[in-house]
Amino acid sequence: MSVPVMAEPLLKVAGLEAWYGESHILHGIDFEIGRGELVTLLGRNGAGKTTTLRSIMGIVDKRRGSVKFEGLETVGHPSNQIARRGIAYCPEERGIFSSLSVEENLLLPPVVKPGGLSLEDIYRLFPNLEERRRSQGTKLSGGEQQMLAIGRILRTGASLLLLDEPTEGLAPVIVQRIGEIIRQLKERGFTILLVEQNFHFAATVADRHYVVEDGRVIDMVASGDVKQNLGKLQAYLGV
Amino acid sequence: MFELLGISAPALFGQLLLGLINGAFYAMLSLGLAVIFGMLNVINFAHGAQYMMGAFAAWLMLGILDVPFWASLVLAPIIVGLFGVVLERVLLKRLYHLDHLYGFLLTFGLALVIEGLFQWKWGSSGAPYPSPIAGGWNLGFMYLPKYRGFVVVAALAICLITWYAIERTRLGAYLRAATENPTLVRAFGINVPRLITITYGVGVGLAAMAGVLAAPIQQVSALMGTNLVLVVFAVVVIGGMGSIMGSIVTGFGLGLIEGLTKVFYPPGSNTVIFVVMALVLLVKPAGLFGQTK
Repeated sequence: MSVPVMAEPLLKVAGLEAWYGESHILHGIDFEIGRGELVTLLGRNGAGKTTTLRSIMGIVDKRRGSVKFEGLETVGHPSNQIARRGIAYCPEERGIFSSLSVEENLLLPPVVKPGGLSLEDIYRLFPNLEERRRSQGTKLSGGEQQMLAIGRILRTGASLLLLDEPTEGLAPVIVQRIGEIIRQLKERGFTILLVEQNFHFAATVADRHYVVEDGRVIDMVASGDVKQNLGKLQAYLGV
Repeated sequence: MFELLGISAPALFGQLLLGLINGAFYAMLSLGLAVIFGMLNVINFAHGAQYMMGAFAAWLMLGILDVPFWASLVLAPIIVGLFGVVLERVLLKRLYHLDHLYGFLLTFGLALVIEGLFQWKWGSSGAPYPSPIAGGWNLGFMYLPKYRGFVVVAALAICLITWYAIERTRLGAYLRAATENPTLVRAFGINVPRLITITYGVGVGLAAMAGVLAAPIQQVSALMGTNLVLVVFAVVVIGGMGSIMGSIVTGFGLGLIEGLTKVFYPPGSNTVIFVVMALVLLVKPAGLFGQTK
């Protein structure tokens, strides 16, 4: 395994545990992401990938352990403060607001730091959204809603994007388009933590993959080593 | 003068105008209720008491500090709104994770306590508040005191400004989004608990402003809000819980319907709104402008 040497990781998660009500979902997640990296969390349904993203964002009932962003602890802080430090979240269910127009949805997350994309940049990236900017947010197609959910968090200046299954339920041609966009975002310098069920999609965009099982990180594979480790990965993911 | 179905024009237009004035108060109060319900999911039963507090604040400021009506129109809503903020921070926010019914019971109890205290201190006979605008217009079919005309215009302006703030501004977009999914809005960096507090304060302030406007028309008394708020709840149910435009249109509309009933069938004027409510609920259970969740 080739682990890149990192001076100071942008995000360092150590011994992260999380609960929903009484159920203990995460049992000690450990991983880190360097600035500008694109890292995925792989694993079966219910392994704890989404909960890991939600825990980083601070929107689980209870969490313990350590999540350091730019060297500062975030556990113990409410989600609005975590967002203000520069982490942005695109949820699996997309979370498009039906009482807001497309443009209002895009403008909703406040700018927390300089350096985000402008509205024009976002429309250039997603021309469909500009055509339909006056429409009700939830009147868009599934693919357009996904683009809106991603586009919306690019304005804020957040440097770390948490993307939860952006390709779920979408047609192959749209999955391809989203893949291109994620690669472009990486080129622009965004650090991305991606949760994916679609391993083939993940393998084409990511630098490294962490494997999550039963609320723990059990392995790490760099994209370059995927071919040699294919059997092992398939066993993890049950494909 | 012409007659319509045996009703003289002065009687008809006079009652319509009175209906419009009542409707203005229905609209302002149901608007505040809608704003609060949309964001907090709390049926603010203390709304009538807060309306009364607005009128009292104006009356007390006039009596003790000689504060003129126009200053009270701004100051009283701020004072009563701040009282609402404290209420939300100290009491209401502890109930958000429970069923709607608990917020309803708490605010209902608060209304009783507040009205009881005012009654104990100032009695229930009521005190007059001098009209800030003297004189009136002879409209041919009726004499319209200028102040009443002003109330209708002011209420319309307050309603439209509130509608605009919620439907067309950035802060309003936060509010609408937080009504749908507060967790996600918070995860975007917006301090949703503070937004909720502000919303409650503004909703209470709207009730207080309606109270100040009512002071020169009605007697300022501890129970001035109790009867009104019952009608206003019917208006909210007819318009659809949480719908802003719905509560404005329904408020004015029902005031007019009530006025018309006074002309054509006076005994029915006290019940007509509740009859309309029953009919609307039969056809559209979510109210005229409400959305079923």
